[in-house]
Amino acid sequence: MVTVLTENGTKDVTGGTGTNGELWIPKSEAGSLTGWTLKPEGFCKGELCVAIPPDRESEFVRGDAVNVAAFWEKMGMPALHDEAGANWVLGQGAAHRSAALQSLEAPDFTLPDLDGNLHSLSDFRGKKVFLVAWASW
Amino acid sequence: MIVSVAFDSREGDAKQWVEAAKPDYVTLIDQNHYVAELYNMVNVNQAVWIDEAGIIVRPTESAGAYEGFRKMNRETSEIPEDVAKITADAKITYYNALRDWVNKGTASEYAFDAEQARAHLTLRTENTARAHAAFSLGQHLLRIGQVEEGKRFVAEASRLHPDSWNIWRQGAGVNERSLAANADFWERVDALGDKKYYAPVDMKGMPQ
Repeated sequence: MVTVLTENGTKDVTGGTGTNGELWIPKSEAGSLTGWTLKPEGFCKGELCVAIPPDRESEFVRGDAVNVAAFWEKMGMPALHDEAGANWVLGQGAAHRSAALQSLEAPDFTLPDLDGNLHSLSDFRGKKVFLVAWASW
Repeated sequence: MIVSVAFDSREGDAKQWVEAAKPDYVTLIDQNHYVAELYNMVNVNQAVWIDEAGIIVRPTESAGAYEGFRKMNRETSEIPEDVAKITADAKITYYNALRDWVNKGTASEYAFDAEQARAHLTLRTENTARAHAAFSLGQHLLRIGQVEEGKRFVAEASRLHPDSWNIWRQGAGVNERSLAANADFWERVDALGDKKYYAPVDMKGMPQ
């Protein structure tokens, strides 16, 4: 089992194995983990598809498994793991985040308050928001 | 509407402050500093002004902070009177500007138009993207008990994103007041030289 942190939270992938920068996930689980699904055209999210280089297919797909880390890095997004390959993070890339900010639409997020109740920035649409960060340290 | 976000990875660290302040606004806990990642925040207190349609009208900037603490007497914690005045005036100037925007909206001279807002954005680099990923993994490893490895990832995050005081201070030791302000903090502040600890706010009346 491999634990994977994504923007959408922490998920245990039962069929995953990850070492040496490779994170092999069953095709059946890769889609729900990453939001990208393997199709004949490549890895697809909605209308957007990223083709797998024809001469490097074995780096990305082997049988029923997908190397999610290789795909992630190919997309320009960081995929990091601990020494044992049991814990991974699939981070967001610079280009994606920068494009989002340049639209000036405030990126949404959902976080808990002290009681564990979840709040999203988008809950406050219709009001001016002063978003301010602080820390105890 | 105030939405405050605490960049506090250790469970419970923010709680005593929130309970003491009893804020009447939303206070969220952000253990992975996710909002810092989204908005390219590198220090506290930093803030973003967002209008009713969810559009950023002032991107990330220091929320009225002035780095007067750098001129503090480190033995007595006293701050020279003139520096204390600049610090207090900066807070008031920023607060008044915020109120002006709340009352006037786009007519406020402190609300940027789209072009100005874009010009004030700090955008992510490949290194800062990797730094935030390393920080998230490091915090996860700390939470599940892989402490030494977790610390290494947090340190790597700081190496990749040296401008982030959030990442550095979260990984640093704290003093008797629970502040990451031990000798290593002051060494890092001194190493800034002429560089600012809080980037100056581009706003009329704010110290530059």
